[in-house]
Amino acid sequence: MTQYLLKGAQLPSGERADILVKDGVIAEGSAKDAQIIDADGLVALPGLVDLHTHLREPGREDAETVETGSRAAALGGYTAVCAMANTSPVADTAGVVEQVYRLGREAGLVDVQPVGAVTVGLAGERLAELGAMATSAAQVRIFSDDGHCVADPRLMRRALEYVKAFDGVIAQHAEEPRLTEGAQMHEGEVATRLGLTGWPAVAEEAIIARDVLLAEHVGSRLHVCHVSTAGSVEVLRQAKARGVRVTAEVTPHHLLLTDERATSYDPVFKVNPPLRTQADVEALRQALREGVIDVVATDHAPHAVEDKECEWAYARPGMLGLETALSIAVDVLGPDWDLIAERMSRTPARIAGLDGHGHDIKTGAPANLTLVDPAARRVVDPSDSASRSRNTPYAGMTLPARVVATFLRGEATVLDGKAVR
Amino acid sequence: MKHLLSATDLDASTATLVLDTAAEMATLAGREVKKLPTLRGRTVVNLFYEDSTRTRISFEAAAKRLSADVINFSAKGSSVSKGESLKDTALTLQAMGADAVVIRHPASGAPHRLSTWVAGSVVNAGDGTHEHPTQALLDAYTMRSRLGRLAGLSVAIVGDVLHSRVARSNVHLLATLGAKVTLVGPPTLIPPDLRTEVSYDLDAVLPDADVVMMLRVQRERMAASYFPSAREYARRYGLDGPRMRRLPDHAIVMHPGPMNRGMEIAPEVADSARSTIVEQVANGVSVRMAVLYLLLGGKS
Repeated sequence: MTQYLLKGAQLPSGERADILVKDGVIAEGSAKDAQIIDADGLVALPGLVDLHTHLREPGREDAETVETGSRAAALGGYTAVCAMANTSPVADTAGVVEQVYRLGREAGLVDVQPVGAVTVGLAGERLAELGAMATSAAQVRIFSDDGHCVADPRLMRRALEYVKAFDGVIAQHAEEPRLTEGAQMHEGEVATRLGLTGWPAVAEEAIIARDVLLAEHVGSRLHVCHVSTAGSVEVLRQAKARGVRVTAEVTPHHLLLTDERATSYDPVFKVNPPLRTQADVEALRQALREGVIDVVATDHAPHAVEDKECEWAYARPGMLGLETALSIAVDVLGPDWDLIAERMSRTPARIAGLDGHGHDIKTGAPANLTLVDPAARRVVDPSDSASRSRNTPYAGMTLPARVVATFLRGEATVLDGKAVR
Repeated sequence: MKHLLSATDLDASTATLVLDTAAEMATLAGREVKKLPTLRGRTVVNLFYEDSTRTRISFEAAAKRLSADVINFSAKGSSVSKGESLKDTALTLQAMGADAVVIRHPASGAPHRLSTWVAGSVVNAGDGTHEHPTQALLDAYTMRSRLGRLAGLSVAIVGDVLHSRVARSNVHLLATLGAKVTLVGPPTLIPPDLRTEVSYDLDAVLPDADVVMMLRVQRERMAASYFPSAREYARRYGLDGPRMRRLPDHAIVMHPGPMNRGMEIAPEVADSARSTIVEQVANGVSVRMAVLYLLLGGKS
């Protein structure tokens, strides 16, 4: 196994250190056989962990595969991703989650941790075999019908209760479906002008408010996916102040872009939940700094060209995110590396129960880490993406910071900014 | 002006130029030979993804009176029903040398998308619940010819504004041309953020209105609880004879068609001397001639 010595890297704490990567862990001792990487001016972060990734396999391998998505993740500085369940077939059985898990291991570029569906076929009618998925080789801990809301309050209550047996968590896609029928973009002035059916903020906030009360009532863990509105932030703030066991994520695109982007009618900006207003963006940034929102999660959602090069109303919602998330976090939070490590590695690893990830870079810890050049600037070119899809909303934008190298259990997955395979 | 996608593409001077040009085109209607050679050798494609006999025929007549070659491409019985994408259709039309594409489409923004894929001009003939700019132009033309001016007019637009592309285009164009617009209807059907006056009380608005524009209300909106029943809608927001008599003497009543007689408008009103409904149809041809002329022939 190749050993690496990362010389003069800056740690999230601000200290500088030589980091010896040996036998899968951060080691001490002789570095005489190590390949030396000049890390002067680079920042070493614990490998990033994404709670919300769509890898599309099985079913839509034309849009993404476990392997191509894993490569995009490694290039983005990730060492673990949680693969959402809305594949075809849906990941609602032990068989499918084990398949995804195995594909992840075979690709070997990041740890692919499958998310299990809450309900059979994501239909929102009856519970999937959550226990079977939890005890499978994939050891599923996060369950989500993402793409669909678990709208039935009784079913949501049961799901929250049931997963307590194996310390699971329900990750809710908060969207009251009756309030978003036909919805195309954020309900507001821009939607009115563009004649696109509105997705009102209250459709998200009403479900989060209900779910924090349910989680409180049954004493369970709740995770809220892709929080997008200022009102949701207030609901979460109050719930956390009361001690409800709720965590929440925000996507890079909701931290950066607004509904004005829809003015082009280019569906690359169509996403669910939709891009909101500048006031929402400000509230989300503040909540992320304060910890009311715990995590940045990408909601990386690759789509084939024909699903985006069409009329807005007919396009599928979703955006790429894995290769740009860290840059956007730096853009939004500034070079506060400890905060970035907290929001993009330590906390998501803890929520997902990924014991091998999210550790501070110190002797004996698993060597899951990424080296970042904070001074680099890059122009986003969709054709550069390692994803099989091209639907990045950041095309042509100049973003700060660049991933130079990523290590998964001591093996380089990215070197010199390029995937090793 | 390359395309006409939205009424917001028109500033006051351009909009006025369209209306003045339309007035010249209208003089043709009285002649024995109703045809100009202006667009000879140019190809105009009518690309209709929604049934709309009225608008399609209006555009077809306008293009033919300017001597353009007209190709009608309807989504039914074409490659579209075999699943061809809008982009592939656009590239096909492009290869055939379309100088202008007039598009009617159920999805808002489809004309914008089309305009990024073809070299010719794109005219929005109604897209989803977004806009219908030539309807707003013909409405403005009709108001100006009946009332002599647009600046300072009080225009009440009544009905399902939320789902109306006609209302959106009229709000923008009338604001550009200096008229004062009041949107009237049940709160469920009036979006709060169109930056214009709003009233939920039709009777209060009528005595000061120079123009009342009644919008078509689709009965299926009842199923989505926008209002309880056709009867209640007609009672609160329908324009009947007694309500019409609250209008000032000079005021006109407009409707973009097709009408639901007895729902938003009573037959007595639709057939009255105040009604401009048939004129609107005739003016539509002149206005669309003006638009095609200015897009395709005006500068060459």
